[in-house]
Amino acid sequence: MSVIVLAEHTQGSFKKKTFEAIQYANHIAGQLNTTTTAVVLGTVDAANLEQLGAYGAQKVLHVADSKLDNLSARAYAKALASAAEKEGAKVIVALHDVTGKAVAPRLSARLKAGIVAGAVSYPDLSTGFKVKKGVFAGKAFAFVNINTEVKVITLMPNTFAVQKGEGVANVEELSVSFDNKDFSIQVQEVNKVTGTVPLAEAELVVSGGRGMKGPENWPALEALADALGAALACSRPVADSHWRPHHEHVGQTGGTIRPNLYIAVGISGAIQHLAGVNGSKTIVVINKDPEAPFFKAADYGVIGDALEILPRLTTAVKKFKEAQH
Amino acid sequence: MKILVCISQAPDTTTKIAFSDNNTKFNTAGVTMIINPYDEWYALVRALELKEAGTASSVHLITVGKQDAEPVIRKALALGGDEAIRIDTESHDPYVVAAEIAAYAANEKYDLILCGKESIDYNNGVMGGMLAELLDMNYVGFATKLDLADSVATVSREIEGGEEIDKAPLPLVVSCQKGMAEARIPNMRGIMAARTKPLKVVAASGIAALSEIVSYDLPPVKTGVKMFAPEDMDGLVNALHSEAKVI
Repeated sequence: MSVIVLAEHTQGSFKKKTFEAIQYANHIAGQLNTTTTAVVLGTVDAANLEQLGAYGAQKVLHVADSKLDNLSARAYAKALASAAEKEGAKVIVALHDVTGKAVAPRLSARLKAGIVAGAVSYPDLSTGFKVKKGVFAGKAFAFVNINTEVKVITLMPNTFAVQKGEGVANVEELSVSFDNKDFSIQVQEVNKVTGTVPLAEAELVVSGGRGMKGPENWPALEALADALGAALACSRPVADSHWRPHHEHVGQTGGTIRPNLYIAVGISGAIQHLAGVNGSKTIVVINKDPEAPFFKAADYGVIGDALEILPRLTTAVKKFKEAQH
Repeated sequence: MKILVCISQAPDTTTKIAFSDNNTKFNTAGVTMIINPYDEWYALVRALELKEAGTASSVHLITVGKQDAEPVIRKALALGGDEAIRIDTESHDPYVVAAEIAAYAANEKYDLILCGKESIDYNNGVMGGMLAELLDMNYVGFATKLDLADSVATVSREIEGGEEIDKAPLPLVVSCQKGMAEARIPNMRGIMAARTKPLKVVAASGIAALSEIVSYDLPPVKTGVKMFAPEDMDGLVNALHSEAKVI
């Protein structure tokens, strides 16, 4: 018996969310009185693999096949199923991100293992295996009980704080036989947006709405984001008016984010927008309308014109950052 | 080239969410049900575009739901599509939905199956991937663009911090999101035509759920917003640092 966790990497290096997934898996392993095995697919250095021990992986199963350097949902699901069988896994953890959401459902259907997609809690074992997840685009939570012996969980990134501990993982190579079908999707082109913090994994987000009055005013928002090291987001009307690209749209029909800090500038806070961001730990609302519904969902508020307040806030952030050094 | 589009119904995006029966049931009283926006705006409209371009020969719509799902599937037919199938059961377990659709689709030999990236009510985003596994098909999730030529799809999909363009041989399952197509409004001719389009009701295969929702909860209400004067941005920054501990 064990808990296994898909340890995602980007060209051989691990990100914080992977450590979070391992730590989460290890917490469940503790609840079940068993051990944690991280499964790493593709090319990663041995030293990097061992460091996963510091986040709770006692063992790493490494499938070193370089064909796995790019995501193939079929091949990843097959490799995880093979690792699960080898380890007698009772719980399989992945992240609720683009990779996890491609692989976990295939794995769940393949093993007929029930899934909780987008978990935000550890399982409650007092009445079965009950895990909390967001539903209605963040407007509510559901407690989902998994009925099957093997369980699959995708963890919503940025749910738990990551703490580095001690420990070196025991690395074991695993060989999995693939066939051509597993790699029948060919990657033609990869276009990465460089120089900015990806929105989905950003800890700090600065977001603009119609109160910004027009795309020409965005440099003021960008200046604040730069000062904070934050990612940029926007409301739906802003994306629909093509003031900003669609991938920045957060809300019920855009992206759902849960950063540590969400600063909403000139966004009134329609229910659809709140749905996409109310998982944020701290919300700051800047709006000239004191009746804006967003203030009810905010931790901190400033009433005033966005374009007057933004430079002041940026200056205050810069002053604070300099004092920190 | 046969396309199947998976449609689910979901509460209108302006719905205030409430629960009944000791927080075990979603309270549908006064709630307007709509076509799940990802299924409608992106999956369905892209399928219709492919048919209009002559790439696809037929577009079928499928939903897993009881009779109360029929207005929504009729509304989808008003946008377009040749026929609809309703599998007569309902479940919040994504495996049941995927396996019921797979059981039907296995005999129909669809070349392309489109669905939304997730439903806006249960937000799992796993149905498409499960369906692909059960039908032994390829799967591209979170696609923003889809074109077809010679039984190969060119699909752009979201990846961390950017996009990837893939060539994927058919048969294929694609989950769709923003960028795939522009939302349409059904016209009167479409609404009239939808009334007479075939809507086939199929008995469920009776697949057992792998999971169940036991209860719901609403997020904690914020206890009150702390206001700062526009002149006091140092105070706000200080609070974000020492009180909220986020910077």
